[in-house]
Amino acid sequence: MLFRETKLQNGLQIVAEINPHVHSVAMGYFVRTGARDETTEVSGVSHFLEHMAFKGTDKYSADDVNRIFDELGAKYNASTSEEVTLFYGAILPEYLPQTFELLSGILYPTLRQDDFDMEKNVILEEIGMYDDQPTFTAYEKVMQQHFSGHPLGRSILGTTDSISALSADQMRTYHRDHYKAGNIVLAIAGNTDWEQILQLAEMHCSDWPSGAFERPVDEAHPAGGLNLVTKESSQMQYVMQLAPAPPAANDLRFAAELLAVIVGDDGGSRMYWDLVDPGHAEAAEIGYNEYDGSGTYLTFLSGSPQSTAENLKRIHAIYDEINRNGVTDEELNQAKNKVASRVVLRSERPMGRLSSLGGNWVYRQEYRSVDHDLATVQSISRDDIQGLLDVYPLDAVSTAAVGPLETLEVGA
Amino acid sequence: MRDQQIQTHQLPNGLTLVAESMPEMQSAAFSLLVPAGSINDQPGQNGTASILSDLITRGAGSRTSRQLSFDLDNLGLQRHEGVGCSHISFSGAAVAQNLPEALRIYGDIVRRPHLPAEELQGTIKGVEQTLLGIEDEPRQKVIIELKRRCYDAPWGLPSDGALDDLKNITIESTTDHFKRCFRPNGTILGVAGRVDFQEIKSLAEEVFGDWESKADPVIETIPHGESRDHISHESTQTHIGLAYQAVPYRHDDYYAAWAAVGVLSGGMSARLFTEVREKRGLCYSVYASLNGLPHEGRVLCYAGTTAERAQETLEVTLGELVRLGEGIEKQELERCQARAKSSLIMQQESTIARSSSVARDWFFLGRVQTLEEVRQKIDSLTVDQVLEYVHRYPAQDFTILTIGPNSLEVPDAFS
Repeated sequence: MLFRETKLQNGLQIVAEINPHVHSVAMGYFVRTGARDETTEVSGVSHFLEHMAFKGTDKYSADDVNRIFDELGAKYNASTSEEVTLFYGAILPEYLPQTFELLSGILYPTLRQDDFDMEKNVILEEIGMYDDQPTFTAYEKVMQQHFSGHPLGRSILGTTDSISALSADQMRTYHRDHYKAGNIVLAIAGNTDWEQILQLAEMHCSDWPSGAFERPVDEAHPAGGLNLVTKESSQMQYVMQLAPAPPAANDLRFAAELLAVIVGDDGGSRMYWDLVDPGHAEAAEIGYNEYDGSGTYLTFLSGSPQSTAENLKRIHAIYDEINRNGVTDEELNQAKNKVASRVVLRSERPMGRLSSLGGNWVYRQEYRSVDHDLATVQSISRDDIQGLLDVYPLDAVSTAAVGPLETLEVGA
Repeated sequence: MRDQQIQTHQLPNGLTLVAESMPEMQSAAFSLLVPAGSINDQPGQNGTASILSDLITRGAGSRTSRQLSFDLDNLGLQRHEGVGCSHISFSGAAVAQNLPEALRIYGDIVRRPHLPAEELQGTIKGVEQTLLGIEDEPRQKVIIELKRRCYDAPWGLPSDGALDDLKNITIESTTDHFKRCFRPNGTILGVAGRVDFQEIKSLAEEVFGDWESKADPVIETIPHGESRDHISHESTQTHIGLAYQAVPYRHDDYYAAWAAVGVLSGGMSARLFTEVREKRGLCYSVYASLNGLPHEGRVLCYAGTTAERAQETLEVTLGELVRLGEGIEKQELERCQARAKSSLIMQQESTIARSSSVARDWFFLGRVQTLEEVRQKIDSLTVDQVLEYVHRYPAQDFTILTIGPNSLEVPDAFS
C-alpha cells in the first residue's frame, strides 16, 4: 500500500492509497459542506444540491449522468451529513478515466430550473418517507434539541416549508460559496496509479474556483431537555439521547470508540446483557459521533412504551457505574478484538478504505494506514478510558422520544 | 476473470462443505445454512424458527450464554444469525487464523445448544418487539405482507413470525423444532477466504462428522390469501407493493429474468427510477427485485409516495412494468451486463460475499457456478432472449397491496 498526496494550485487536496492487489478502485469527493453550513432560509439546500448534481451539466443531461455511470458498471451514489457532502463511485480500474470525468463534472452542475422544480418533488417525497420512520424522526429531533442554537442542530433534509420555498437562485449562491476547490478533498483507494490520478485531476479539476469556506467550529454547550413527540398509532417507543463527547480533532476519540463498544455495542456489551438479552428492550445501544469542534455519545433505545422509563433507568445505572469505576481489562481486550477485526474486514474493499482515507483527511489532514489504526486500538489502556471519562463522562443530556407516551421521565 | 479455487466435500451424513480459497485475503468468512427455517413452523406457531435462532446461542456445549458470546467476540468474529423460509443461518467473518475456533463453537451451537427454558420469555419478548417495530415501519411491512399474499403458506409467511402466534410458542415447541429440523443432511457450510481446503475439510469432519442424519420434515402448503388488499395506516406516504410471476434461481431462464428486472430497476438509469422518480418526481424510493424460493419466483416491486400522488404512482408503475413487453433497447441490456461484470469482479474482494454466495449456489443448484460462468451467461444474453422471456412471463395477474391512509383503485387495464 502506497500513500500519496498533493494539492492543486486552486486548493483541491488529493489523497490516494494505492493497492495493486485489489480488483477495483473507489474515488470520492468529500465536500466540506453540509447542514451546519446553511442558514435558516436555505435549510436543506446542501442535500437538495447533492441530488441536483446528478441532474447534470451543460455537457451531460440528467439522463446522460445516470446512463453513463451505469454503462461503466459503477457503484455510485452520494450522501449528505451535517458536515460533509460526499460523491463517490467504485469501478473496475479500466473505467477510472470516464468515471473521473463524470464525477468531477457533476460537482459543478448547471442547476436547470425545470430539473430543480422536478427534483423538489423527490426531496419532498424523501421527507415524507423519513416521516414514516420513527427512528429517523427521533434522530432529527434529538439533534435539534441538543444543538439548539448551534449549527449542528440544523436539519439535513430541511422541512417541507423550507424546501418548498427554496429557489434555484438561492441554491446557485450556496453552491458558488461552498463548492470551492479549497473546500474539497478528492480521495482515491484501490488499484490505480498516482501519475494517472495527477493527469486526470489536472484535466478535470484545475479550472475549479479556488478559495474555501470557513466554518465556525465552537464546541457546543447544550442546555439539554426533552422533545417528546407523541404518536398514538405507534406500537413502540423510540428514544434517542445525546451527551457531549470528544470532537473530531481530539485524540480522546479512539478511547471513545472503544468505550462505546464496551458499553453499548449491539451484542456482547453491558447494555446488551442488561436490556436486550433479557428482552427488556428491542435495541439499546450507544455510539460515538465526531464532528468539527464537537462530539456526541448517542444513546438509542427502542422497546415497548411501558418499559421505556425503567429501561432508561437501567441504561443510566450502567453509565453511572462506568463513570465511577471505569471498565475492566477483560472488557477492554474484548472490545479491542472486535474493533481490530472490523478494521481488517472493512479494509479489504476499496470502498471501505475510501471512507477512512477521505474522512481522516477532511477532518484532520491525516493519513492513517490499517496498521496504524490497529496499533492505535491496541495501545488504548484503561487509564486512557479513565482520562476520557474525566473529561467526557457518559451522560444523556438531551432526549427526543417518538411513540405513544404522553409523558416521560428521562433524568440521567 | 481470475480462476477461482472452489472445492466441495460431502460428509457421509449429508452435510456439504463448499469452500473457496482466496489466498490474497487476510480474512475468512463462513455461512452455515441449517434446513430449519420458518416453513417448518407448525401451524399457529409462526415465529418458532425465529425464536429458536435467538435461543440457540444462549449457551451451548461447555459454554454459558455469556461465555459463548465473550469467546466469539474475542475471536473478533463479526457474526449474524438469521432466519429465512428455508434456513436458520449462521454467518461470521474474522481474521483467517480465528476461523477454526469459531467453527468449533458453531458446532456446539447447532448440535449441543442448551435451549434454556428460563431464557425463553426474554427471547419471545425480543421477537415480539421486533414484530411491533415492523408495524411502525410500513415500508418494510408492505413487502413482508406482500409475500404472504403472493406465495402459498408456509413459504409466504413472515420468517420473523406473527404477533398473534407468539403466545402459542412454548419451550417444548421450540425444542421440538430443533429436534425435528437440525440435522446434517441438507446443512451447507460455505467458507471463503484465506483457507486451505484440506485443513477446512478435516475441521468439518472433526466438528460435524458424527452428527446423525434425520428424515426430512414434510411441508404442507396452504393457498395464499387475497391478491388485492389494503392495510389502513396513519402514515405520510402510501406504501405500494406489487408482485407478479417470475422464474426461480435454478430455472434455465433465470438470467433472462434477472436482465428483465435489471432493465426495470437495475441502476439509476433503469426504467422505474427514470420514469417514476426522475421524470415525474412521484417517489423517492421505487424499485423492483427478483425474489425466489427453490421452486418458484416473483418480481417484487415497491413504491412509496405521499397519499395524494399514490394513485398516479400506482398507475405509472404498473404501466412501466407492462410496457417492458413492448420492447427493450440493446443499450439497456448492455448496461445490465456492465453492472453485472463489475459486481462479479468486486465480489472477489469480499470473503463475506463469497461465502454466502457459494452456500446459496449449493442450496439452489446443487453446485457452485464460477464467477466466469455467470459472466458468460449474462454476456451471452440477447435482447430477443430477454424479450421472449418477458412474453412468456409477462407482468400480469398482479398481487397488489397498499399500506397507508387510503386504498387505491386498480385500473381495469391491469386487473
